[in-house]
Amino acid sequence: MAVTARSTRRWRGSRIRRREAVAGLLFVLPWIAGLLAFTVYPVLASLYFSFTDYNIVQPPNWTGFSNYTAIFTSDTDFTNAVQNSAFYALISVPVGLLLSLALALVLNLRARGIGLYRTLFYLPALMPPVASTIVFLMLLDPSHGIVNTFLTTVGLPAPGWFSDPSWAKPALILLSLWGSGTATLIFLAGLQEIPQTLIEAAMIDGAGRWQRFWRVILPLLSPVVLFNLVMGVIYSFQVFTQAYIVGHDTGDPVGSTLMYMTLIYRDAFKYFQMGYASALAMLLFVTIVTITLIIFQVSRSWVFYEGEQRNV
Amino acid sequence: MARFPTVWERKAAVSRDRRRLRRPLATLIPHLLLALVAFLFMWPFYWMAISAFKNLDEILSPNIVWFPKVFRWSNFGDVLNYPGFPFLRYMVNSLMYAGSVSLGTVLSCSFVGYGFARLRFPGRNILFAFTIATMMIPTVVTFIPTYVLFRHFHLLGTYAPLILPSFFGNAFFIFMLRQFFMGLPWELSEAAKVDGAGEFRIFWKIMLPLVRPALIVVALFSFVWTWQEFFQPLIYLSNPDLFPLSLGLFAFQGQRTTDWQLLMAAGTLTTLPLVVLFFAAQRYFLAGITMTGLKG
Repeated sequence: MAVTARSTRRWRGSRIRRREAVAGLLFVLPWIAGLLAFTVYPVLASLYFSFTDYNIVQPPNWTGFSNYTAIFTSDTDFTNAVQNSAFYALISVPVGLLLSLALALVLNLRARGIGLYRTLFYLPALMPPVASTIVFLMLLDPSHGIVNTFLTTVGLPAPGWFSDPSWAKPALILLSLWGSGTATLIFLAGLQEIPQTLIEAAMIDGAGRWQRFWRVILPLLSPVVLFNLVMGVIYSFQVFTQAYIVGHDTGDPVGSTLMYMTLIYRDAFKYFQMGYASALAMLLFVTIVTITLIIFQVSRSWVFYEGEQRNV
Repeated sequence: MARFPTVWERKAAVSRDRRRLRRPLATLIPHLLLALVAFLFMWPFYWMAISAFKNLDEILSPNIVWFPKVFRWSNFGDVLNYPGFPFLRYMVNSLMYAGSVSLGTVLSCSFVGYGFARLRFPGRNILFAFTIATMMIPTVVTFIPTYVLFRHFHLLGTYAPLILPSFFGNAFFIFMLRQFFMGLPWELSEAAKVDGAGEFRIFWKIMLPLVRPALIVVALFSFVWTWQEFFQPLIYLSNPDLFPLSLGLFAFQGQRTTDWQLLMAAGTLTTLPLVVLFFAAQRYFLAGITMTGLKG
């Protein structure tokens, strides 16, 4: 009797389990389909296309490494785009991080009016990039823009901004800094999560302002810093809209705003050299993933997760 | 018996006094800086809005015109009625585009997030780990083959390539909704199962309504990000009548490069819906930003 009851229970249990498993798979089925169609297939296909000559009308034609060799030996736009994108990423990401962190720290001090400041900093980030770029084009117009009008009034030199090859990228970086509001609010949220008791304990132990920041606040913020850093790197290497509106296909002026994504867009959708563009895309893909992995690896030494035991 | 103050108490008292003297100055400087930076952030925004009401000469004049002599509402009229650039249609297109993507995202991500959170199935952990990994994959490597795929199905030039993928989930929002579903008590679904409810009923009638705030955040952010989207419409749409605002504004700027008063009016029109949305749902925006950064 007991044996029968036990075996009945086990059988019923596994039927419920199976129903749940089927339901679970059905629930995630759209995602599985999406992953296959929009992630797995494209990555593999990009790899394949990069070894072909493909103008989308005719089937791809295998050419081996010729795309890659062409990229590295005869494409001057490639070298230019790499330099431009590297310049943009290497400056806008650290400066943006520092700016948003500094803003968040100051915002955290002030209890009153914080809602207003949060809105003021966030609204520019809410603007569609097309609109914000056009606004900056007007503001930084060399002859009529309000910025140069102001600079000349106070006697400072008025650069050519988007008309000057040496100033076009800094102008783009300024534009990206204008959108630091989101990162600022993320940092602010992270700061507000730090328990006041920890800060007070540090104060009682005699820690000065700088020490409190460096030894208590920053380590507790480090996961947020890591997140913003990785997101910033991934985004800045793929920047397109702002650079395209300013410099179009040729990266005006004089190719100074030709970003890597612009190059890929142009070669794929203007010249229909899908194979070549795929090779470019693969190179960028590998670069970004490598940099991201390096960041994660290095982060082990400075990111502190709550509840972790560390031998400092 | 009187007690002498300990070393710590003396130190605290001294630093308290020092702080009291230093406080006005020390706290004033950061606040001034903050106000200055806030002014710098807001001023281009203000300048766009106010320039939309100026005539071109006021914008181009060498004097800084803070307030136009006359508020030229006609700039907006000129933009909306501009031949060849139907801005009202652009706005309707944007609404439909962002709304559809928002809907698709909420639907698909809630189903998938729930599956990951509350249902046990073989391979769940591996699949979820893979999901997280895909968040790190730069999208640059997916554009071209996806374009080829949609071309194969003759969907170029339509909104299908722009909207369909959203119905298949989005790693970021799946992750977020999974967190929320995991926070719901297990007893709830246990009790429902005892009452004979199937998994779908439990999900649709019980669990989903409980995560409504999170759903609103997902809908809001996917709407905003889609409204801002430029690249995808650029590669898929060629018929100007289908353009969303981002693309329409770009085309308009290409034509009237220096008609700043019109461009600012058009830019304001493009931005205004998002600003209105922000003020209407501020709480959800701020909550969403927190979720974005901290759960990451």
